Amino acid sequence: MSSLLGVAAFAVLLTLVLGLLRVLRGPAAADRIAAAQLLGTAGIAALLLWGAAADSATHADLALTLAVLAPFATIAMVRKDPGA
Amino acid sequence: MIVDLALVAGILALALGVLAARQAFAAVAFFIAYGLLLALAWARLGLLDVALTEAAIGAGLSGVLLLAAARRLASAPAPEDPPSGRVTRGLIGAGCTILACALGTAVLLLPEPPPGLAAEVAANQAATALGNPVASVLMAFRGLDTLLESAVLVLAVICTVALAPDDGWAGPPGAPQPLADGPLALLARLLPPLGIVVAAHIFWIGVDAPGGKFQAAAILAAMWLLPWMAGLVPAPPVGARALRVTVAAGPALFIAVGLLGAIVTGAFLAWPPGFEKPLILLVEVALTLSIAAALALLVMGPRT
Amino acid sequence: MSLLADAFTVICVVAGVGFFAAGTAGLLRFPDTGSRLHALTKADHLGLGLIVLGLLPRAEALGGAFRLLAIWALVLLASAATGPLLARVAQRRDPSA
Repeated sequence: MSSLLGVAAFAVLLTLVLGLLRVLRGPAAADRIAAAQLLGTAGIAALLLWGAAADSATHADLALTLAVLAPFATIAMVRKDPGA
Repeated sequence: MIVDLALVAGILALALGVLAARQAFAAVAFFIAYGLLLALAWARLGLLDVALTEAAIGAGLSGVLLLAAARRLASAPAPEDPPSGRVTRGLIGAGCTILACALGTAVLLLPEPPPGLAAEVAANQAATALGNPVASVLMAFRGLDTLLESAVLVLAVICTVALAPDDGWAGPPGAPQPLADGPLALLARLLPPLGIVVAAHIFWIGVDAPGGKFQAAAILAAMWLLPWMAGLVPAPPVGARALRVTVAAGPALFIAVGLLGAIVTGAFLAWPPGFEKPLILLVEVALTLSIAAALALLVMGPRT
Repeated sequence: MSLLADAFTVICVVAGVGFFAAGTAGLLRFPDTGSRLHALTKADHLGLGLIVLGLLPRAEALGGAFRLLAIWALVLLASAATGPLLARVAQRRDPSA
């Protein structure tokens, strides 16, 4: 079972790395930040799956920290956008 | 293994992207994603303390700080330096390549197992009454480093405040934020209570597991910055006594307890035997609040 | 019982991974910022939600389950709030989208 969860974590991580292409390609700032936010969610999912595979509560705490701070970059970008 | 390689490739691609980006905003977006991947890489290596710090500071607060800096640059463009010559650029590139190769060789040449003090820390762990070896190192075995780090933050806040214009420097820090409506206002009202609970949780588990004051302080700072960015809560004036006391209290209490140790046990920063855990927790609570206030003030920046 | 719980976990996690894959495909393939945002919020809400749901039977005690649900709630709150903000920025940039 835990190896299956590990495989699922790997699959989510692979989608994360593919999503990087959109961060790198843009073209609009909103595209990059939105893609970075999806990376954050995928990272949270991968951490939860790893944590469940390894029976480690700390992974979930790491995911919790990421989840609390997830909206910050986006808000800062929207507030600080020179075109806004 | 394949995923680790993909992770490494992603980190390298983002690092190159940060360097090659032509717009400051794109570079910051790369940097935020870079911080996230780095946190995942630390987690893959089993170093969850580092991963937690990277997630809180690198992917969280640094992004906000850099976006604010990019905004300032965009509103008041700095005069461009004349482009450097081909020889200069070649020399810089060669220097960086040599440095990177030297660092890589040093890492590959490390003996197996690498030398370290981990065994000694494990042997003396019981003396601090804490369960997390990283917390023991930070608060007891290398307490002086932690004290100096927190003092550096106070100095950084003083330097940032000093950048404000002379008239009215004691007013609220940062630029005034327009009042937000709709989703942002809702989020700024809903998230802070939840975030403060999460920060307390991360602080408390730091005693026995990865976590602790710096990560909790970063979350607390973010929870203060959110209503401020939404224009709901104005920043307190820099001259306010309560704010200054909050920023200085942590390091001051740390020094006071260190002097108490000097009197009781004869060594500065030694914890009086029998009272290690309550005193360490007391100092950590004060440090968390001080670091949170300092980080928030640094992100807000000087009065404009 | 444990077999049933395991089957539940597998189905939910696989479906969640599927949503992440679909979200990433949309992020890469959709032609404009608005539809890319649409793809992304689906992955946020459903992908993570299904994975959290699948991991719930495996959570240690009530605290672990509560933490999983809190993570999902936080992500939902964050993307519900930032989605419209980003869409507004994208629209201002490109009124045709």
